Amino acid sequence: MMSPRAASWLQATPFAIIMTGLVIVPLAMIFAVSFMDYGFAEIIPEFYLGNWTDIFRSDLAVATYATVLRQAFIVWGVTLLLGFTIAYYLIYHVRSNFWRAIFLAACAIPFWTSGPIRMISWVPLLGREGLVNQALTGLNLIDEPISWLLYSEFSVIVVYINMLTMAMVGPIANSMAKISPAVVQAARDQGATEWQVITEVIIPLIKPGIAVGTIFIVTAVMGDGFLVRAMSGNQVNTPAVAIMNEINAFQFPPAAAKSVVLLVVVMAFVGVLLRLVDIRKELAR
Amino acid sequence: MSENKSKGLSRRSFIKGAAATAGAAMGSGAITGFPTIWAQASKDITITHVGSIYTTNPTVAEQANKDLGFTIQMQTLDNTTLINRLLTQPETVDVADFGNTSMGYFKNKGILMPIPVSEYKYWDQTVPLFTQGTYPDGNPYSMQGYAPIKSQFWVDQSAQEYSLTPTDWLVGIPVMYNADTLGVRPDLVPRPVTSWKELFSSDFAGKVALQDGVGVGVPDAAVALEAAGLMTYGDKGNMTREEIDKTIEILIVMKRDGHFRSFWTNFDQSVQLMASGEVVLQSMFAPAVTEVRTRGINCQYLPLEEGSRGWYIFQSAMAHLDGGDKLRRDCVMEYMNWCNSGFNGVYFSRQGFYSSVPDVIKPLMTENDFGYWYEGKPATAEIIDPFGKVMEQAGAVRDGGSLWDRMGNVGIWNTLMDEDRYLVRRWQDFMAA
Repeated sequence: MMSPRAASWLQATPFAIIMTGLVIVPLAMIFAVSFMDYGFAEIIPEFYLGNWTDIFRSDLAVATYATVLRQAFIVWGVTLLLGFTIAYYLIYHVRSNFWRAIFLAACAIPFWTSGPIRMISWVPLLGREGLVNQALTGLNLIDEPISWLLYSEFSVIVVYINMLTMAMVGPIANSMAKISPAVVQAARDQGATEWQVITEVIIPLIKPGIAVGTIFIVTAVMGDGFLVRAMSGNQVNTPAVAIMNEINAFQFPPAAAKSVVLLVVVMAFVGVLLRLVDIRKELAR
Repeated sequence: MSENKSKGLSRRSFIKGAAATAGAAMGSGAITGFPTIWAQASKDITITHVGSIYTTNPTVAEQANKDLGFTIQMQTLDNTTLINRLLTQPETVDVADFGNTSMGYFKNKGILMPIPVSEYKYWDQTVPLFTQGTYPDGNPYSMQGYAPIKSQFWVDQSAQEYSLTPTDWLVGIPVMYNADTLGVRPDLVPRPVTSWKELFSSDFAGKVALQDGVGVGVPDAAVALEAAGLMTYGDKGNMTREEIDKTIEILIVMKRDGHFRSFWTNFDQSVQLMASGEVVLQSMFAPAVTEVRTRGINCQYLPLEEGSRGWYIFQSAMAHLDGGDKLRRDCVMEYMNWCNSGFNGVYFSRQGFYSSVPDVIKPLMTENDFGYWYEGKPATAEIIDPFGKVMEQAGAVRDGGSLWDRMGNVGIWNTLMDEDRYLVRRWQDFMAA
């Protein structure tokens, strides 16, 4: 008979092997490469601190992080508002489970086409000759087409919101669905208005859902480079875009250093959030 | 060639005697074509050819498999993936193509096979851009950027350094080339565009685009800045740090003023920008212009005072072939020879690219097609692209005229600068600004 201690070790082994082989070892290699010099598409295995000093001494890191944090904050705020509203409607106003499922599925319609097509299809909408500009010109609201609708930070944020709102709706709706109707009913019986029910009963109870949605949104925005490049016409630089630029130039050591920094920033953010909100409660129930 | 072949014979005579004998016989010139015995041995060989969307396509692969006694497997990769694969897993590839912007990565790497001139059948018929480093009339061309002659020859069989003068070892077999210039929407640009400086004219603020990148977009910007009198360079294709700094500073000011509409990453984006009217003037690749036109939108592609930006694509074999299976190496050489023997060249010529061996493909094209694409003659009937779409009506003349009218005035070549590391770093600042 195997001792319980040995059994636990054995049970943890497969996951430990996967984590070590596929996460820890590659990360250690990336970390090591970040301290090396480089030439034309080659890593020179000599100790070199330049990749790190560049990050901490140049304006580039400040500029790219300012950009991405601003984007993440705006996208988070808007998707939170939209996500909460949509989830609230689905859970408390749509009575039948059938229609709830239909509406939730409808939210996914934009994802039925491929990513590149979705991105290209913004051009006829937001472009200088696009539908929005045509409508505004037609209504005599503007004399000249507005150019910042497309290939700008605005279009980047609009498309993020379009893509990521679902990631907020899901966890919030999940949390809301777990609130016992009796709790809401009790608050109403005590004379609480709808607003009071929302702010004093529902919001405190869906915090884990909001935290999960926030993690989805922030990590998606921080980690994406493709959408930013396509929607800004390569005119907005973020930490992930900067890494992509260096990888495309086969300059791996500085890309490795930037990757380590980005990983630390994102993990620190997730860590802090998990300290503030106990999402285990959400998973356990 | 014979020496190589006989080496193969002694090395492999025990294992694949029949094939090696045939190989040696071919090498000695005793047998031409494919002896049955050779075809028998080679039919199990699969050649992996990785390339761009321009050089790898199902139609050409199908024809190659029909014509050759072995299997060609084509894989289309984006440039970053392709170069990474060649550098990190060269043994998974037999044949690869790449252009000027990548040539700087292969020096001192030992991953490419030096191709003996004697084993390439069409070298004598190759345009002098590659063989001599000159135009056909003997005049030298611009050496700014990665000009063809800068990366055509290895110094010796060790395949480490490029030679500026002809040697017996080719870095790659030239496949296609072209000259790019500004694409213009004549319906939205009120005056004739004759110089790159128009790219920075305030009349087109917010309506111009460049390719996003340091090997194509930056040289284009440099040509335009010089034409506009805003910058002077020693070599626009290989700038000094000081020149890079000044260039980026000017571009940042323009970007902040909203001068650029977009920077495109791929072919489709450049077509979309032009066709949608977001951009009226931009640096473009030739087939992108034709694509805009097949959508019924007029798009001009005219020669400019400062000349065009030239580029080329080489096809090369990987170094592991020289030390490996002799039969596989023979098949690879046979395939690379096939690629310039006609079908492939005709196919891409009808998309607007130029073949390195125009005399070889001339008899295989219709007079109308060759006249339109190569000779600057008015089309005598509809011009139809390889996909069956009508591109031009009878009477149309190709923008810029004949092959050497268009290709004969290259101002700069697509490039990879010595200061690439610094340039990429400053380009990051530009994007962030």
